[in-house]
Amino acid sequence: MKKRPKPKLAVWKFASCDGCQLSLLDCEEELLAVVGEVEIANFPEASRAVVKGPYDLSLVEGSITTPHDAERIHQVRRMSTSLISIGACATAGGIQSLRNFKNVQDFTALVYPSPQYIDTLKKSTPIADHVFVDFELRGCPINKYQLLEVISAYLNNRKPNIPNYSVCMECKRQGNVCVMVAHGIPCMGPVTQAGCNALCPSYQRGCFACFGPKESSNTSSLSEWFIQTGMKKDDVIRAFRGFNAYAEPFRRESEAYER
Amino acid sequence: MKGKTPPAKTSKSLPPAAKKNSKAARRDGSSTRVIQVDYLARVEGEGGLYIKISGNEVREVQFKIFEPPRFFEAFLRGRLYREAPDITARICGICPVAYQMSASHAIEKAFGVTIIGPIRDLRRLLYCGEWIESHALHVLMLHAPDFLGYQDAIQMAKDHPDLVQTGLKIKKIGNDIVNLLGGREIHPINVQVGGFYRVPPRKQFEPLIERLKWAREQAVGLAKWCATLPIPSFEYDYEFAALHHPTEYPFNEGRIRTSKGLDIPVEDFEKYFIEEHVPHSTSLQARLKERGAYFVGPTARYNLNYDQLSPLAQETAKAIGLSHFSRNPFESILVRAVEIVYACDEALRILEHFHPPDRPAIPLQPQAATGYGCTEAPRGMLYHRYTLDREGIILDARIVPPTSQNQKIIENDLLRFVSANLKMPKDELTWKCEQAIRNYDPCISCSCHFLKLRIERE
Repeated sequence: MKKRPKPKLAVWKFASCDGCQLSLLDCEEELLAVVGEVEIANFPEASRAVVKGPYDLSLVEGSITTPHDAERIHQVRRMSTSLISIGACATAGGIQSLRNFKNVQDFTALVYPSPQYIDTLKKSTPIADHVFVDFELRGCPINKYQLLEVISAYLNNRKPNIPNYSVCMECKRQGNVCVMVAHGIPCMGPVTQAGCNALCPSYQRGCFACFGPKESSNTSSLSEWFIQTGMKKDDVIRAFRGFNAYAEPFRRESEAYER
Repeated sequence: MKGKTPPAKTSKSLPPAAKKNSKAARRDGSSTRVIQVDYLARVEGEGGLYIKISGNEVREVQFKIFEPPRFFEAFLRGRLYREAPDITARICGICPVAYQMSASHAIEKAFGVTIIGPIRDLRRLLYCGEWIESHALHVLMLHAPDFLGYQDAIQMAKDHPDLVQTGLKIKKIGNDIVNLLGGREIHPINVQVGGFYRVPPRKQFEPLIERLKWAREQAVGLAKWCATLPIPSFEYDYEFAALHHPTEYPFNEGRIRTSKGLDIPVEDFEKYFIEEHVPHSTSLQARLKERGAYFVGPTARYNLNYDQLSPLAQETAKAIGLSHFSRNPFESILVRAVEIVYACDEALRILEHFHPPDRPAIPLQPQAATGYGCTEAPRGMLYHRYTLDREGIILDARIVPPTSQNQKIIENDLLRFVSANLKMPKDELTWKCEQAIRNYDPCISCSCHFLKLRIERE
């Protein structure tokens, strides 16, 4: 049936925990089906075989934190027809972007006895700050079913069906009682993009914003709520300074409380 | 998987990739050779390999780690104790449970709380899930292809489809335990200091029982299959280090023991184990004071805790010809297979006697103190230390992951292996060196985010 060769898929890693690319290997039931549709051309975590570029689809995990990586991402872009950044590190700078609020020299000295061996940039930044990104898939980690959706959308030249409404929508659909209204547990759900199926509220805890800010999130209103329920300024700052701390709406909100 | 004896396909198909990735540079016009792998495959994270041979002598061995540093210990300062399990999980997507466990135990220690009863059992269960998932991934997807000369498990699946499918199914059962109890398999959300946020009702665990029985049986088969792999003979008198517990195979609790007589409480870790910074690595290298490199991971656990394995796991070890004390790191694939059997067995034991706790977590009262925790990640001991103030804010943190502990041993192995095999064709030697590194299932993402504030004065 198929006349075209299989599209070539590449997976690239920058500063990250490996969890998002592991999501692909965690598709235990679907993995061999995916391999039937695409050629895994460059995926070092899974294979030592490397097929030369260009690649039809590149998945990029991790944030840019070193001068070398700031160059390497341009090479990846040049070799890729489509480039999708996956996970909070790649889409927002990740937890390591907490350095962006501090002096990185102090951080290095604190962690490494010989800081002169360490080559690092002042800020941890998302992929889209450096090159054009065709689609950003959020999450810390990403949802593997959303990953499969994005891959199949790109294979079929359609737009991925990834909602950008809030976790609250998912929470209502799960039939959860609101943890903030009913139990006074601080929850980032109202300002956080869906994607996890309201996992934390389903386990009786507040959302901590793994999927980053939802489209036009009203962060200042939520902060006021937090303060009313007894949180202090530092607590508000910490709430917005998680895995998506450097995403614009969260960054602005935490900085507003730092003044 | 029975009867699937693999074709002896060892060095026949040496890969174009090995050629591409490794640069054979003849320097000085004659006798200096360099073995270099710029980007190691089938490991977690970014590392490389550099070996310089002059004549018949190995001059330099570097297991290079260039994973960018992420400074976890620095930004943990000023965070609330409750956040530590969620934040440190992000150090590693492969073993987040280990980070959550070591962090929780260390902080509970600081607050003077010990977790017992069903919450403790559930933590063991969660760890079983992570071991099953991580070991199945490593045994089949990352390590086995080396023994048979495949580039990856996907190629291997063409010749051994049932084996790879079964391996993926075992892995999935591990993931499903973490999924149910942790909320999701990567970066679980349900662990908190003091216990869990919510304990799922018993009936949700029940479907796991039959599947675990299946997995346990298949894991025995997997171990037998691993025993058919061509295992290079490569013994050495290592000093092995692992947790040791008198009555159970160690996950969360125990004293730190080594095979050469050290026996200390977790709090004394930093008195005996030190880390050093070397230029070719963003990870710190650990060694035992006045003793040198040491070996952590499944083989160390197994050697120091053989008696605590379940009868079925011991029988499996016996059936595949694994002695009580393994000194060959290439046998680690067998030990991992035995540990999968054990983890399935232990998960079943816990599930069959399980009664949900009255409450999902023990309430805690923060206090100004320092707490120490060490648990057994799939790859070996993972040590955490936190100093907290009376509000529960973290003032100082230290994390020592297994891969930085094994880094020195890995380099020593490479030195010995290359010295003993100088005549091997370069592509084959390069591949074997990669395999020797994979013996340790290194998690490079983990190893380099650490730090410690120690000034070397010796």
